[in-house]
Amino acid sequence: MTGSVGAPAERREGREKVSGTARYAAEYHVPGRAQAWPVPAAVARGRVTGVDTAAALTVPGVLAVLTHENAPRLREPDDATLAVLQDPRVPHRGWFVALVVAETLEAARAGAAAVRVAYDAEGHDVALTASHPGLYVPEEANAGAPGLREQGDPDGAFDSAAARVDVVYRVPPLHNHPMEPHASTARWEDGRLTVHTSSQGTNAVRAALAGLFGLPEERIVVTAEHVGGGFGSKGTPRPDVVLAAMAARQTGRPVTVSLPRRYLPAVVGHRAPTLHRLRLGADEDGHLSSLTHEVGTHTSRIKEFVEHAAVPARVMYAAPHRRTVHRVAALDVPSPSWMRAPGEAPGMYALESAMDELATELDMDPIELRVRNEPDVEPDSGLPFSSRHLVECLREGARRFGWAGRDPRPGTRREGPLLRGTGVAAATYPVMVGPSTAAARALPDGTYLVRVNATDIGTGARTVLAQVGADALGVPLERVRIEIGSSELPSAPLAGGSSGTASWGWAVHEACARLARRLAEHTGPLPEQGVEARADTTGTADAESERARHAFGAHFAEVAVDTVSGEVRVGRLLGVYAAGRVLNARTGRSQFVGGMTMGLGMALTEGSTMDAAFGDFTESDLASYHVPVHADVGEIEAHWLDEDDPWLNPMGSKGIGEIGIVGTAAAIGNAVHHATGVRFRELPLTPDRVLTGMLGARA
Amino acid sequence: MDTRSVRQYGPPGKVPDDMGNDQHHSETTLRVNGKPHTLTVDHRRVLLDLLREDLGLTGAKKGCDHGQCGACTVLVDGRRLNSCLLFAVALDGCDVTTVEGLAGDGEEPHPLQRAFLERDAFQCGYCTPGQICSAVGVLAEAAAGHPSHVTDPGAPSGQPVPLDRDEIRERLSGNLCRCGAYPRIAEAVEDVIP
Repeated sequence: MTGSVGAPAERREGREKVSGTARYAAEYHVPGRAQAWPVPAAVARGRVTGVDTAAALTVPGVLAVLTHENAPRLREPDDATLAVLQDPRVPHRGWFVALVVAETLEAARAGAAAVRVAYDAEGHDVALTASHPGLYVPEEANAGAPGLREQGDPDGAFDSAAARVDVVYRVPPLHNHPMEPHASTARWEDGRLTVHTSSQGTNAVRAALAGLFGLPEERIVVTAEHVGGGFGSKGTPRPDVVLAAMAARQTGRPVTVSLPRRYLPAVVGHRAPTLHRLRLGADEDGHLSSLTHEVGTHTSRIKEFVEHAAVPARVMYAAPHRRTVHRVAALDVPSPSWMRAPGEAPGMYALESAMDELATELDMDPIELRVRNEPDVEPDSGLPFSSRHLVECLREGARRFGWAGRDPRPGTRREGPLLRGTGVAAATYPVMVGPSTAAARALPDGTYLVRVNATDIGTGARTVLAQVGADALGVPLERVRIEIGSSELPSAPLAGGSSGTASWGWAVHEACARLARRLAEHTGPLPEQGVEARADTTGTADAESERARHAFGAHFAEVAVDTVSGEVRVGRLLGVYAAGRVLNARTGRSQFVGGMTMGLGMALTEGSTMDAAFGDFTESDLASYHVPVHADVGEIEAHWLDEDDPWLNPMGSKGIGEIGIVGTAAAIGNAVHHATGVRFRELPLTPDRVLTGMLGARA
Repeated sequence: MDTRSVRQYGPPGKVPDDMGNDQHHSETTLRVNGKPHTLTVDHRRVLLDLLREDLGLTGAKKGCDHGQCGACTVLVDGRRLNSCLLFAVALDGCDVTTVEGLAGDGEEPHPLQRAFLERDAFQCGYCTPGQICSAVGVLAEAAAGHPSHVTDPGAPSGQPVPLDRDEIRERLSGNLCRCGAYPRIAEAVEDVIP
């Protein structure tokens, strides 16, 4: 070991990013490249009865208009959202019904505006309610989680509990909105397809394109050199890459499809709204006897995606009687998908808010309540934990935050128009890891080349994988070069589920360790092409574990609520995490802080509305959907405990990309209750809602 | 605009009239990163697309195309502006600096670029050029005495405004960062305050 792992190494692609030379998917100036602009459906449900392209085709510079009548035929995809321009069906508003290809962006846009689409519109239903007749319990929710789990007699235990909380929470639809809109540049040459795309994993994109176009994967190259964020919305291929490949085939030109910002909410996935009902029953000492978490959510007509928000309740607290259930209704809405910590983020908002309510009910410190309900084994599975340091995170966070001596009485800290409060919440995120391959080569000049089709969506994958490789080789970090971001490299899974570094790193570690052994046996100078070793972690990385593996964390928030305007300001956020070994202190911290910032948005500013009349998200752009800005973000601290967990991977790491968002909204919500004495159960905590709530409480 | 400087062309895909004129394009000259460029510009073309598509300067990013995210921020005659909201033909004779031009001719990055690296003030990097150009503008505005929403109303008019953390946050709030690098960005800007 040379000790590269854990060091705060600077991002390898940093210079390119600060100098503007890092290239993203829409920035490949291939000669003859055309631009394309999609036409979204203007009805929420129905059929396209005619597309009049005549006017569009007279717009100077327009090359072609693709519709379901003339677009290349695709084979049926596994993911129905990729079957674009294949039939006249409109499953939701915003679904693409045409694509205009032109010489310039301006011409493509003008052409798209000139396309006339006629519809046979049908009545639509986009309104999710807790009693929607279409709600059903799915066999599986996202991530393969069972739709329903039940142990003991949760209703009976709840009814006989000394302290009870029975509450409902609502989390609205949320949008990922990475700063780089979804974009792809595609070209065909001699029956080969080359695509530059903004994706979290190009092997999956290549496989999808191979299936859609009936091509062997060897004839497709997909690269994602730099990706301007994804947060789940680029986890699998999206329509942009299919449209770009279709348009390039149709026109014989390289084509870039860069989706306009306000089209994204309808076609790239969103966090589905979740309606939560929590029932917590406990004895006088706070020991939970019953825990029921019921989640209602929506999916689209073409794809079943179930936000698995009741799943964290299967992990968190020891309650002998429990029920966790998801119910989903298929509506005429855009298809939901992954958004940072799907399931855990909304689920823990509800569970951790309800735990705070129970602490209030019991007149008990909320940290103490959590400590009392710490389980010996994973409650749902009965498996022992590989490591679980939630209590240590809570204690360390309390120490750093200055929790001791907190006056628990709500609504008593007034400074002029402000009411101040503090709150705490726990966080959890599962350890996920997938099989990957990697190659490591020693070169005669004394350097090493590590190749793996990892994707850097902002995590610093290049840097951390070089660190893993350097340590496995026992060489200084600067001697290790790394290549990622192309399907031409050894195949690897996506950057998602906080699994990227664990999955890629495991294969990189194995390839480099194998190379080191080979080099130890090697005598004399290296051959010109060097010496290479490869690794494939299939069968090991994805082997079933005998342990329940999760990261844990504790979030603390300090807020000031303006009693005149209803504005909530978060002066301080503090997180302490137990996530195995943190492999790069610098980029790791940035990921934790980034997740907390998105959690702050979830708590205070982000919310989307499904318009019942039009069947569309009303907050479709960045002027209406408010992601946090500089002025919203005060002090944010992220700390972590060193965890030595032998049940993970050779690096000893758990994922860190998502846990930062998980408990943040609940911590802020609990702080707002502590400040105001009013319990808000619907996000986001916008001034109108907070002011109305405070006035209502006063009346 | 001086009409004598407007020479009209028939661009690809546009049928010119009998005089060979095209009402929709004009010749425009801009200085970009110190270098003059004369182009025949579609009147609909915004500065952002001119930089990215015509000049291959893709440092300025398109995040929203509507002036909502700040990723396209560049300096026009020294002032920070959203280049997606500026028609290029209206900028004839202007001096544009993009992130690619901040370091000048030297190998050394601009101090703000270095500070962003040292502070890890970015993750995906897509908002970064806009944040940096915006911060360059902020420093100049504060030095010139421009107040912000959080400047003490009693501060002397026309005097340089000291940039504390609140001032930095307020002034950079037009530049969104979805990765949540805000605290590090504010620190990086603080690092270069003279």
